[in-house]
Amino acid sequence: MPVKTDPKRIRPYGDTLNDGRVQISFTLPVPCDEQGKEAARQILRKMGMSEIDVCHMNDLTEGFTHFNAYATSNAEVDLTSIKVKIVETPVMDMYENDEYIDQNIGRDLIVVGACIESDAHTVGIDAIMNMKGYNHRYGLERYKHIEAINMGAQVSCEDLLQKARAVNADAILVSQIVTQKNIHIANLTKLIEMAEAEGLRDKMLFICGGPRLNHEIAIELGYDAGFGTGSYSTDVASFISVTIAEKAENN
Amino acid sequence: MLQLSIKQEKIEKAKKLAGQIVNSFDWLFNGYSSETIERTIVRLMGIDGATSDGTPFPNVIVEDLKSKKVLERGVAYWVANAMCALNLTAQEVADKVAIGELDLSSVKPQADEKVLEVINTQTATMLKHIKSQNNFREEKFATYGPRRKPALYVIVATGNIYEDVLQAQAAAREGADIIAVIRSTAQSLLDYVPYGATTEGFGGTFATQENFRIMRKGLDEVGDEIKRYIGLTNYASGLCMPEIAAMGAIERLDVMLNDAMYGILFRDINPRRTLLDQYFSRMINAYAGIEIQTGEDNYLTTSDAIEKAYTVTASQLINEQFAEYSGIKEEKMGLGHAYEINPEIENSFSYELAHALLTKTIFPTAPVKYMPPTKFASGNVFKTHLMDAMFNFVGQLTGQGVQLLGMMTEAIHTPHIADRALAIENANYIFTAVKDLGQELTLDPDGFINKRANLVLDEAIDFLQKVVDTGLFEAMARGDFADIKRPEDKGKGAQGVFKRSDNYLNPFLEQMKQELGLNR
Repeated sequence: MPVKTDPKRIRPYGDTLNDGRVQISFTLPVPCDEQGKEAARQILRKMGMSEIDVCHMNDLTEGFTHFNAYATSNAEVDLTSIKVKIVETPVMDMYENDEYIDQNIGRDLIVVGACIESDAHTVGIDAIMNMKGYNHRYGLERYKHIEAINMGAQVSCEDLLQKARAVNADAILVSQIVTQKNIHIANLTKLIEMAEAEGLRDKMLFICGGPRLNHEIAIELGYDAGFGTGSYSTDVASFISVTIAEKAENN
Repeated sequence: MLQLSIKQEKIEKAKKLAGQIVNSFDWLFNGYSSETIERTIVRLMGIDGATSDGTPFPNVIVEDLKSKKVLERGVAYWVANAMCALNLTAQEVADKVAIGELDLSSVKPQADEKVLEVINTQTATMLKHIKSQNNFREEKFATYGPRRKPALYVIVATGNIYEDVLQAQAAAREGADIIAVIRSTAQSLLDYVPYGATTEGFGGTFATQENFRIMRKGLDEVGDEIKRYIGLTNYASGLCMPEIAAMGAIERLDVMLNDAMYGILFRDINPRRTLLDQYFSRMINAYAGIEIQTGEDNYLTTSDAIEKAYTVTASQLINEQFAEYSGIKEEKMGLGHAYEINPEIENSFSYELAHALLTKTIFPTAPVKYMPPTKFASGNVFKTHLMDAMFNFVGQLTGQGVQLLGMMTEAIHTPHIADRALAIENANYIFTAVKDLGQELTLDPDGFINKRANLVLDEAIDFLQKVVDTGLFEAMARGDFADIKRPEDKGKGAQGVFKRSDNYLNPFLEQMKQELGLNR
């Protein structure tokens, strides 16, 4: 039986409703001593915490100390006022999706994927596209009605768009794993701007994915959808099929 | 004692097949060179620097000779000829070429013996320096004691070399034995090595000679304080593989990622270029006493770790043979593998144990590089930390050479300073707790682990036989490795490979071959 709460007043939960208890772990450039510990406590107080228990500190040497703490946060939010953008298409498994494409679109879909620009990490795009897939979900390459082209890592925006144009793609998938100094935002913006300049933006779906991306950011950047951590090939493939089928219907 | 029941003949058969694959490349190694090999020679002749727009002198010189269509003779001859004719040092020659004051191809040819004498002096000077760096390292190990096993290997990757030094020193004090400075993510595809100290990078810090020097100094300082020699790692891979090896040899790096096939499969670099470059790179590493590491973990992040376990074994065997070809001793071959099986699978730990033991059994002397879970690391840092502990357990139990520590935030960001400290604490706890446990355990000869290890080796042998039958290039073109198709004439850097002329000269290669006792 789920907990009974007042959705207008949501606070962190430790072991009692509305106790506000949170765990926090952080490093300060301070010595590992009582003065350093007090610095940690004061940082937490300035974050709005009370009943602060700095339960562990560890000397990281070179003048750094790592702290673990438990504290009470007075923050509360109104759940009823929170609206998030999420991908709302239903999720189908591979077999259902293939059948869906067969019945609602009547031709094979072409999907081109890549890690663009400097990003050399294919783990995300591979999890979505490779035959084998990830965690019991087959990748797009295995779909009967999806022709999946995985261009791999460090593909320039130019090359990706050129390929998408050449094969007349229905969707472009872009993975961005490296996010240091917000490089992923810069890369994704570059791609979408080039696509617009080349008149490709409305000819196909633009979808991005990666650990620091979600649907909301993706929409802001001008993409059709974004998938973050925990998304599978089934989520991406379902979004593509359903959106394209709906588009065809509207035209 | 924890050991597998595997017939020695089976291991020998596998090694023989890998040897057959590797021995078919004499034509390439003895008949061709590449632009980065020539740039390496420029660096080994003692030339350093870059033009005001950032083009490194080695690129300027090699490009110039290429445009004059005389590169086939090798850059060593042209630089030495100009040194002779104009009575200049190598660096002075480079300075003049860089500002367009000197055209190497139009310098009057000097008497061959005079040019050769200059070349020999240049070669002897640099090789003496490299040897002295190797001796320095050996003396440090003699003073402070050998590296522990498994060695604790952590990465730093802030993008700023000075910040990296701070984090590396902290990690060393906490117990790390080896520090790897992860490269900026696009560097493997640059056809030049950036110049000077750098403070900006993406997902890592650029490998430059100055950065190598700065980090080396930082690690030597902390090492002398804590009375341990701290190893430094970088990546001799990508389009500048041998140049980075040479820079590492000059600045005393201790470990180099240096895989024979990784660039081909995972970076789409031309197959000929990669094999040729790895041949010379590895010879430099062998001469400098640098431990190489290979990238078999990548097969498992791309494909399923159980289904494709044999590709790791096959690649290790091929890497071993290529390394031996270049003169690397087994105790300097850090062959790679990884703990990447889906944690949801029943008995995943037994599988991991079987695979780790198999590597140890086939390569008993090699300081195997054992990579942590990455594919199934998630935003759940608590679970990832636990998986890292299981990984450390296997590492200690099976006596791996180098434990590349897993970070609980693997799936989130490049490590924060505390992530690294927690990883070291995790490893130290497990290594101490199960230190001698492996001595006490035996495996059922007909049990799951023995059956599994034997099966993987059998599959690797079948696979190697297939590669022998078709040839390595054809096998790669067909997609036999990691399901990725790489044709021999495609890929980045293909144009940088050229056939040597009859009077081609690479004095460093010749001298190192001789001293390493390599006679083919």
